[in-house]
Amino acid sequence: MTLNLPILEIKNLEVSINENQILKKLNLTVEKGEIHAIMGPNGSGKSTFSKVLAGHPSYSIINGDIIFKGESILDLEPEERSHLGIFLAFQYPIEIPGVSNEDFLRLSYNSKQKFYNKPEVDPIEFLSIINEKLKLVNMSPAFLGRNVNEGFSGGEKKRNEILQMILLDSELCILDETDSGLDIDALKIISNGINKFMTPDKAIILITHYQRLLDYINPTYVHVMQNGKIIRTGSAELAKELEDKGYEWLEV
Amino acid sequence: MINQSNKVLNNNITKLVNQTYQYGFSTNIEKEIIEKGLNTKTIHLISQKKKETPFLLNFRLKAYKKWKQMSEPNWAYLKFPEINYQDIIYYSAPKSQKKLKDLSEVDPELLKTFEKLGISLSEQKRLTNVAVDVVFDSVSIGTTFQEELSKHGVIFASISEAINDYPDLIEKYLGSVVPIGDNYFAALNSAVFTDGSFCYIPESTICPLDLSTYFRINDQKSGQFERTLIIAEKNSQVNYLEGCTAPQYDTNQLHAAVVELIALENANIKYSTVQNWYSGNEFGKGGVYNFVTKRGLCAGTNSKISWTQVETGSAITWKYPSCLLIGDKAQGEFYSVALTNNYQQADTGTKMIHMGKYTRSRIISKGISAAKSKNSYRGQVAVTNKAIGSRNYSQCDSLLIGNLSNANTFPFISVQNATSKIEHEASTSKIGEEQIFYFLQRGIGLEKAIELIISGFCKEIFTELPLEFAAEADKLLTLKLEGSVG
Repeated sequence: MTLNLPILEIKNLEVSINENQILKKLNLTVEKGEIHAIMGPNGSGKSTFSKVLAGHPSYSIINGDIIFKGESILDLEPEERSHLGIFLAFQYPIEIPGVSNEDFLRLSYNSKQKFYNKPEVDPIEFLSIINEKLKLVNMSPAFLGRNVNEGFSGGEKKRNEILQMILLDSELCILDETDSGLDIDALKIISNGINKFMTPDKAIILITHYQRLLDYINPTYVHVMQNGKIIRTGSAELAKELEDKGYEWLEV
Repeated sequence: MINQSNKVLNNNITKLVNQTYQYGFSTNIEKEIIEKGLNTKTIHLISQKKKETPFLLNFRLKAYKKWKQMSEPNWAYLKFPEINYQDIIYYSAPKSQKKLKDLSEVDPELLKTFEKLGISLSEQKRLTNVAVDVVFDSVSIGTTFQEELSKHGVIFASISEAINDYPDLIEKYLGSVVPIGDNYFAALNSAVFTDGSFCYIPESTICPLDLSTYFRINDQKSGQFERTLIIAEKNSQVNYLEGCTAPQYDTNQLHAAVVELIALENANIKYSTVQNWYSGNEFGKGGVYNFVTKRGLCAGTNSKISWTQVETGSAITWKYPSCLLIGDKAQGEFYSVALTNNYQQADTGTKMIHMGKYTRSRIISKGISAAKSKNSYRGQVAVTNKAIGSRNYSQCDSLLIGNLSNANTFPFISVQNATSKIEHEASTSKIGEEQIFYFLQRGIGLEKAIELIISGFCKEIFTELPLEFAAEADKLLTLKLEGSVG
């Protein structure tokens, strides 16, 4: 009955870093086909949440569990979580000097192929795969020859994240403020890419500060996170209300 | 938590770096040595053993006299216990009385040693397009392809052979670029050098093969003092490669070499090194002390000398391959990757001395330091008042792995005319947890991630190496750092 299992279940999750507790009894269930938007003021724990899902080694889990497709993933390494289908689009994608985007993307793709005992693709095969995906985010093939994120504009970095998400075709994608720092055209391109990527088998968690992304991507739920837990859950309407009234409105 | 995760990072770095040194074996072979210690008697004995001319004995004695008056340089950013120069064996050679007719007569034990090191001396299995001279402790064992090269007028021989066979060239050029009293270690080398390679490329000849010397220290107590001399006549061109390894001992061996290059008008010398002397264990015990003087003289108009080095071994590296740009429009280049790990210390860089008009130099230095190692770039760019219109570009990048390693840059620049242009760029970066995490999140494992970061960092240098060397260097760096970042 795996079909009916939620893709992600977070149960009473408590997480700390440097003995500071960041997440406090966080609960969240994400089903296939759903898009969850998580909003909240700075420092509420949104980015921590995204990194913990991906297995960042700096955080320690004090309590609770993360169940991905029916199995706890707390003991899994970041790369295993990646292979199983968890993708994190970083808020600040890191630069890797001297490593070409093409090599990086192919290695990433082949690592997953290898994990599933599928044949690895050679550089020529890979080019035809990647060229297809490049179109989805309006990127020119010339960008494959550049070093990973090096000298990329803010918008290019974010588009590169979406490109990787599409390439790896992961089932659960967490987008950490992918919309921040984008102009309106880039926002449209990225939203378009995300919408094309989404299928009934997948789920997306959007972490965002602004309602404007939700004009292009229609969330199933909107959650408000504050002080390490979800304090309010609603429909897309909730985001609009927040835009008008600010987070303080919820604090009372 | 950050501390804890850094600990994890450091532990993993340590694991990666502590890959065992695969060249650490020693060969048991009957040898002939001169009693340890250094005095004029030792020098007379060396000279006698090598049946040298009075010119050379005189050269040695003069150098010894200079050396006695000098003291060890202490300006480098290196720390090591005092070296007892009387406790070193200055001559150690495998016993083989008669002169060998060809390489098949070489002691099979020695041939096996070099096979194990991946250097084949048997002509059938020889490396294509590379002629090799191998030096074992104090002597050259043999040189391949000599005959074929001689058809083109190229002389490729051990320096001992050259001293006997080409005394005119030796007298003219030996010590002409690195004078006997140049520095403490050069003086020591000039007094006691035992072997090394000699290359002579005649006018208007492009050397048909890459020339290469492989140095092996085998004896625990002996130092290696080799001497290399390369002369490229007018309009000639040569590619020279140098490799080296040593067994794993818990005492330190001294290696003090001198390399002199001379490029005449329009000549082009490209000198590449992959240095992999034993670097000591993870607690800093043992390893080779590598004090090397390498200098190239761009004597003619339009001459060019290019140094490429990949320095991965040695407990201590003290080395500044330099170019004296005397001919107008002469060019000097220095490309370097220096990797240090555990307790290794490297103080390395270059000197570019611009004396001719419109001379150009280019310096690209990449330092990688892991664990508790120290890695310093030290460079000098000097442009004299006559070197009008000269240009230099320097770039020094450092990459740190873990929190305990150390990287320094000491550039010295002096310009004495207003028409020259000097550029210097430097950067320091760290393989950080976030960078690694990015790879991991994309499903790329730790070791592959580090391999990519390192080879990305060194890309500009590796493209300068001959193809087989580049692949080897890439592999070597990965091996050296295996398990080192988490």
